[in-house]
Amino acid sequence: MASFRIERLTRASRIGVALIAAAIAVLASLPLWAGSGTIRLAVEIFYYLALAECWNLLAGYAGLVSIGQQAFVGFGGYVLAFLTILLGVPPLVALAVAGPAAAIVAVPTALLLFRLRGAYFAIGTWVAAEVFRLIALQIFSLGGGTGISLPVSVVLAISDSRAVRDLIFYYIGLAVGLGGILMVFFWLRSRQGLALTAIRDSETAAASVGIDKERSKLAVYVIAAALTGFVGALAYLEKVRISPDAAFSVVDWSADVIFIVVIGGIGSIEGPILGTVIFFVLRGLLADYGVAYLILLGLVAVVVMLLAPRGLWGIAEKFDIHLFPVQRRLRFTEAGSATPGLDPKIHGVPGRARQ
Amino acid sequence: MIEWLNIVLQGALLGGLYALFAAGLSLMFGVMRIVNIAHGDLIVLAAYIALVVVRWSGFGALESLPVVAVLMFALGYALQRGLLNFTLGADVLPPLLVTFGLSVIIENGLQEIFSADPQRLQAGRLDIASLSLGGGLAVGWLEVIVFATAVVVIAALEALLYRTAIGRAFRATSDDADTARLYGVDTRHVFALATAISLAVVSVAGVLLAIRTTFEPSIGPARLIYAFEAVIIGGLGSLWGTLVGGVILGVAQSIGIVLNPAWDLLAGHVVFLLVLVLRPRGLFPKTAD
Repeated sequence: MASFRIERLTRASRIGVALIAAAIAVLASLPLWAGSGTIRLAVEIFYYLALAECWNLLAGYAGLVSIGQQAFVGFGGYVLAFLTILLGVPPLVALAVAGPAAAIVAVPTALLLFRLRGAYFAIGTWVAAEVFRLIALQIFSLGGGTGISLPVSVVLAISDSRAVRDLIFYYIGLAVGLGGILMVFFWLRSRQGLALTAIRDSETAAASVGIDKERSKLAVYVIAAALTGFVGALAYLEKVRISPDAAFSVVDWSADVIFIVVIGGIGSIEGPILGTVIFFVLRGLLADYGVAYLILLGLVAVVVMLLAPRGLWGIAEKFDIHLFPVQRRLRFTEAGSATPGLDPKIHGVPGRARQ
Repeated sequence: MIEWLNIVLQGALLGGLYALFAAGLSLMFGVMRIVNIAHGDLIVLAAYIALVVVRWSGFGALESLPVVAVLMFALGYALQRGLLNFTLGADVLPPLLVTFGLSVIIENGLQEIFSADPQRLQAGRLDIASLSLGGGLAVGWLEVIVFATAVVVIAALEALLYRTAIGRAFRATSDDADTARLYGVDTRHVFALATAISLAVVSVAGVLLAIRTTFEPSIGPARLIYAFEAVIIGGLGSLWGTLVGGVILGVAQSIGIVLNPAWDLLAGHVVFLLVLVLRPRGLFPKTAD
């Protein structure tokens, strides 16, 4: 009888945890030593990170490829504008409401779109985002097609000092960025995550052990919408100006995010982090060339999809490097007594197959 | 009354254009189970190719079509053989994301080359010639030609699929690519031909679009959405259903615009969503998925 233990932390993920702790310490202290330009860029990086983690949870783990997450970014932004401008709700309270509000509209949206399968679901999400945009165009009290700026009073209600506002945005942004990562991390380690992995590996087998596929997917769709809506509200609280075309832009909120995840690595937590870094470096380098960065990103994404479908981080995973311990794996503790041929890579260890 | 009849008629004729958008999308999905996200941008690309051909050769707008169709056919073959064939498999993600990447590349590439300014193909007398049907009803000749073209293209595709050897190969490959290969069908070639034909149809749609309205690089995604809605409303796998879907979409939009000038697109989407609620498999479904 072979004895074994089930292991989650590997050496790489121990190093990973240490690296992450160090990174958090650096990021938490960033406002102390960085200029206001850097701080604002960092906030943008954080919310792209959160959006990328959300999209990755949808496409990489739940098989829900969405080209319409801008629906919830824009919705969150418009909830913020509606509550602060028309109802006089304090901006930070409105910010807190945006996420749950997005989750609520995500439920009927999902029930409708889940009637479409695979690639048709993807275009369906795009139609949904278009519908959201066209409705926003009709809200004339929020400027209709031209959009609206948050009144100075709303901005001042956060804090009358610009530096303090930047600081508040920075830490909310940091919380959202890390929150996105942690949300996916804990989701994958939970029963929900096991269910998702099981569905991904075999829908039939998953159904046979009682996993409700539709419910698992709905849960992911709603939680991703909530975080996406929150990011939208934060983005437009910081930008101060909202308009339908910008808030529901497929390029800004879906194309960029999809490229981040595809290039970094779909189906891993680390991939979107790597992808976000690459995205901002490329965008910074090509800032003077207009839309050239989009063409280049598209090309890189196509090449990556063809040559390394699991993205750049997928290459690291080939060497069994995982920074985030979401897998469980069998380790045989007594050398030699292990049953020959029982390779945990082949036998169905949850979270391992096709990871 | 006659006004409403006119509105419905205009919408129905517009539906012909949507059916042309949809036919190519439907063909690629039917044969390969690929949903080509770049479809709308390829329509716009065809429109720009027509623009270049007209400027360089002095051809009329409609005369440029054979040239554009041959170029797009070749592009489609190369695209499938050189790129999309490598994305096919059990996973829907690679073809979806690669065509999404292509969509962004084409749209922004066109913007780099031609700028974001709206363009138009002049078709001379055809632009204004209209046909009186009596009793106050009148339609533009161009609209009639577009609709008739859609009917001809769909009839031709049906004939191709059900009456020719290559159509049999398409259907066999669609049903079971592995078995088709066992019977000597070169599936890579069949896939490439399907995309080539799809893009030839796209070129018809693109040229007619360019004569009918102004176009700019950014309008591709909306054309993809109309095509998609026509396909879903009509029912997957049914080309004639797609024509009906296009007509329903066109009528919905032209009624919407009368109710409120800002409602045309919204009305189309609402009808699409209603079909999704009431008949999720479309009006005339033919295939299982």
